[in-house]
Amino acid sequence: MAPATSASSSAPTSVSASGAVIEAAGVRRRYAGGFEAVAGVSFSVARGELFALLGTNGAGKTSTVELLEGLARPDTGTVRVLGHDPFRERAAVRPRIGVMLQEGGFPSELTVTETVRMWAGCTSGARPTGEALELVGLGHRARVRVKQLSGGERRRLDLALALLGRPEVLFLDEPTTGLDAEGRRDTWELVRELRDGGTTVLLTTHYLEEAETLADRLAIMHRGRIVTAGTTAEVTAARPARIRFELPQGVPPARLPLGLRAAAEGHRIEIRTHRLQESLDELLTWARESGVRLLGLDARSASLEEAFLDIAQSASESEKVAA
Amino acid sequence: MTTTTTGRSAAAGTTTGTTATSAAAGTTLRGRLTALGRAEVALLARNRTAVFVSLLMPAAMVLAMKSTLKQSVLDGTGLSVAAAALTGGIGIVLIQAVYMNLVSSYVARREDLVLKRLRTGEVTDREILVGTALPSVALALAQTAVIVVAGTAFFGLAAPQRPELLVAGLLLGVVLLAALAAATSAVTRTVQTSQLTTLPLFFISMMGSGLFVPLEIMPDPMASVCELLPVTGVMTLVRTGWLGGAEGSDLLVAALTGLAWTAFAVFAVQRRFRWDPRR
Repeated sequence: MAPATSASSSAPTSVSASGAVIEAAGVRRRYAGGFEAVAGVSFSVARGELFALLGTNGAGKTSTVELLEGLARPDTGTVRVLGHDPFRERAAVRPRIGVMLQEGGFPSELTVTETVRMWAGCTSGARPTGEALELVGLGHRARVRVKQLSGGERRRLDLALALLGRPEVLFLDEPTTGLDAEGRRDTWELVRELRDGGTTVLLTTHYLEEAETLADRLAIMHRGRIVTAGTTAEVTAARPARIRFELPQGVPPARLPLGLRAAAEGHRIEIRTHRLQESLDELLTWARESGVRLLGLDARSASLEEAFLDIAQSASESEKVAA
Repeated sequence: MTTTTTGRSAAAGTTTGTTATSAAAGTTLRGRLTALGRAEVALLARNRTAVFVSLLMPAAMVLAMKSTLKQSVLDGTGLSVAAAALTGGIGIVLIQAVYMNLVSSYVARREDLVLKRLRTGEVTDREILVGTALPSVALALAQTAVIVVAGTAFFGLAAPQRPELLVAGLLLGVVLLAALAAATSAVTRTVQTSQLTTLPLFFISMMGSGLFVPLEIMPDPMASVCELLPVTGVMTLVRTGWLGGAEGSDLLVAALTGLAWTAFAVFAVQRRFRWDPRR
């Protein structure tokens, strides 16, 4: 597949000694009201890597990304993008990055084409307008006023502007929020093409599936901190797999084989296990031998979702204990 | 469904070819301001209320002033009714087309998150403010030209006596009022409330800066206070530039007053301008 980006190898490579294109070290950000949205975050993203920041709403993802985009400066800690301070050295960084805000705005009375043209006039090496719109599948809406676009189309327009200058580094803050399933898949495919073309991508999302399919590495944020980070496999490695089913009337949960750690809620059973195959084997053998029909049987390996829920849950529980 | 996808992939594929040729093209200050200004022109043209107010209000105010102002009141000031009304009209143009228009533009762009989005790009903060102001400033200067031409051709006024002063006064005026507009937008929540937040400067200038009531007919102590108001200095320069008259020291005071207010407004913008919506 031909890459959608130039992420040019000819571009000057001004990265830090560690080779990271994006770096955050001990970053904190406190808002005027005293709320600390980012409470000591450190991570780095290598050239050509796709890194996802995951977290519930209010976890501090956007507050972190805004610091890297150079929209604000951290209270303590340092951020570097392409070797520069994105806030103080805005002019050096901006021509080489593309940004899609969580909530970006365009004048509602301009047409899609006029919006792209305005942006192109302010972007080094901008793609032709038509090409930028085709890239995100908005070619057929070129003459429509922005106010008439759907929420999903607006997100695509925002993405088109982020890609306009063929950036080396791309910041995408919840790029698929508000898109339908098809639009989401299209965006995923495009982002993957860009990454394959060498673009470094920092993505925030609260869709776990999005992080799972796209990210080379990811970090899960909770209350301003990174709770866990690594590849999907690393993050899910320590988590148990899950088996769910329902027992028919008249079969009490107590009759289940003793080797299985089962939690029962009425007739609904959930089993957590680190040895999915063996546990399933034990369960199914028991079911056949006792002539029990397992309703809605569902078995799955540990996914990011489990890890995520686990982290969110245990974090808030430990906070309760502390309080 | 599939056609969309293929279309996109094809477009993505073609881009590699164009990369090499256009990758080095940077943007220029002029190019960036043109791009922003052009978009604002389109927006201004689609905002009928703003166009109506900018074009018709000054004309209406000049006519109202001409019909209410009695020549007997101006006796001894050396001003004719037409001269007072038309130079006042230039002040009204500055207030309407530049100040009031721009407050609502800045607020609208801020609340629509346009300013925030623009700030993620290559344009600097100052360029965003200037680019947004360009069409309103151009409109005001064009209207001023119309007033001067009309005054000379139809109302028996002489051609500008000291054009360099007129131009200097106008330039100071647009910078001052654009800066005051940006500062006022910081205390304005919505486009609707901008109609309220712009009123103080509008009335103070109408009554105290010689837009509607010439300073020449005020009692002395009052006139000397009014000389320190934000727009009075600009008006003195403009009026003298067209009609002649004022002395060097008066002009110096006028220029310094205008510059001081401009410096104050720019300082306020640097400290207080809001790029994110007020929610």
